[in-house]
Amino acid sequence: MIFDNIRRTLLEPLWDEGPNGIFLLFNGLRETVVITAVAIAFGIALGIVISLLRMSRNRLVSGLARAYTEIIRGTPLLVQLLIIYFVVFQAVDLNKTMAAVIAFGLNSGAYISEIIRAGIQAVSPGQMEAARSLGMPFGMAMKEIILPQAVKNILPALGNEFVVLLKETSIVGFIGGNDLMRAGNKIRSITYEATIPLFSTAIVYLVITFTLSQLLIKFERRLHTSD
Amino acid sequence: MKKITALVLTVVLLPLALTAGGSKEKTTLVMGTNAAFPPFEYIGGATGNEVVGFDVEIAKAIAAKAGKTLKIEDMEFDSLLTALQASKIDMAIAGMTITAKRKESVDFSDPYYEATQAVILKAENTAIRNLDDLKGKKISVQLGTTGNEISKKYTKDEAIVAFNTGFEAVMELKKNRVDCVIIDEQPAQNFVKKNPDLKVVKMNFDPEFYGIAVKKGNPALLSIINATLAELKSSGRYDALVTEYIK
Repeated sequence: MIFDNIRRTLLEPLWDEGPNGIFLLFNGLRETVVITAVAIAFGIALGIVISLLRMSRNRLVSGLARAYTEIIRGTPLLVQLLIIYFVVFQAVDLNKTMAAVIAFGLNSGAYISEIIRAGIQAVSPGQMEAARSLGMPFGMAMKEIILPQAVKNILPALGNEFVVLLKETSIVGFIGGNDLMRAGNKIRSITYEATIPLFSTAIVYLVITFTLSQLLIKFERRLHTSD
Repeated sequence: MKKITALVLTVVLLPLALTAGGSKEKTTLVMGTNAAFPPFEYIGGATGNEVVGFDVEIAKAIAAKAGKTLKIEDMEFDSLLTALQASKIDMAIAGMTITAKRKESVDFSDPYYEATQAVILKAENTAIRNLDDLKGKKISVQLGTTGNEISKKYTKDEAIVAFNTGFEAVMELKKNRVDCVIIDEQPAQNFVKKNPDLKVVKMNFDPEFYGIAVKKGNPALLSIINATLAELKSSGRYDALVTEYIK
């Protein structure tokens, strides 16, 4: 009975001359990975900018950065995605992948700016004091002394954000994007089966996030070899 | 500080620059639909990313007449009218019934198909045979459709379960969580074909007419659409499509 379900939902063509379930899932996975990778790159760039603005001595600038972070963290990602697609880019012919990348990048940027800020603040204040007492200007102290040490704090949290973002991209179906989650839904809608399609989708997500987490652990271990 | 300002401006303006190409004369005609409504629109094709169906064929004819390339946007049924208002799509062809309420927000083309609602039941259910039997029953529907509206006449809001797609409403029935599904007759026949444990019962619902929705204030597109529909009917292509997709 269960093998019959697996055959129908994953192995057989879902319609005449159409793909089978596994093909749909892997095509969807490709889209998910692409959106995640580009969004995280955008998010890192934006996160660096926001965290720098946040540390500015100008009250207006740091206030704006703080407001941005508060708003992004205070509203659901789904609402942000829908606003980006249906409101902000109204009359613009924006393809779904680009819209998703922008929405997820903007969202990531806020969280990453907090990760960077926390990483920098975790570096012992004595380091900055020592650097300044040696006559280094603030900028040089940051670049040569503080940031290299902050990176060790930031990278684990950043890796975690990558894994979280991969799972969050599952909402792109709300704007019609064809990602892994949507592939699972397509299989569901054609076969009227819920169990195998949904479990298969979950398993693919799990395999990818597990692989990523393992790679991150290895990478962190290498970072700590000099400790 | 100047470097930071420059960096901020680049990061913020880059996405806008990438999308700035959209202000020229459009060469595409965008059709919005909800590809979960066979045989009018459903997912097909070799990659599983194509939308096909009766409505798609009509859209292709309209695009050909307008001299533009057709682009299909698949989205939630109840997002279609909002997408029209936001000009994200040029026309919505989705087995959408012309109603007075919808006419308040959008313009409709001439009717292109006469449809009616039907009730899907479990094959062994003999308790529901006519409209009166629907009173007080638990009904599942697709969100935002006329089936959704009609179900409110027969039972309380708490007894109506609305899903984003028709197939989910059908799955609710299969799991015996509701007594019946009210949805358009053609998709109902399609859903039941794949589910031998269900059956379709036609009842005396009012006839409805599908129309193509267009944003208000676009008479040019509306006349192209109506002209295409008239041509399809007079050339016999319309009947050929009905035979291919509906019969």
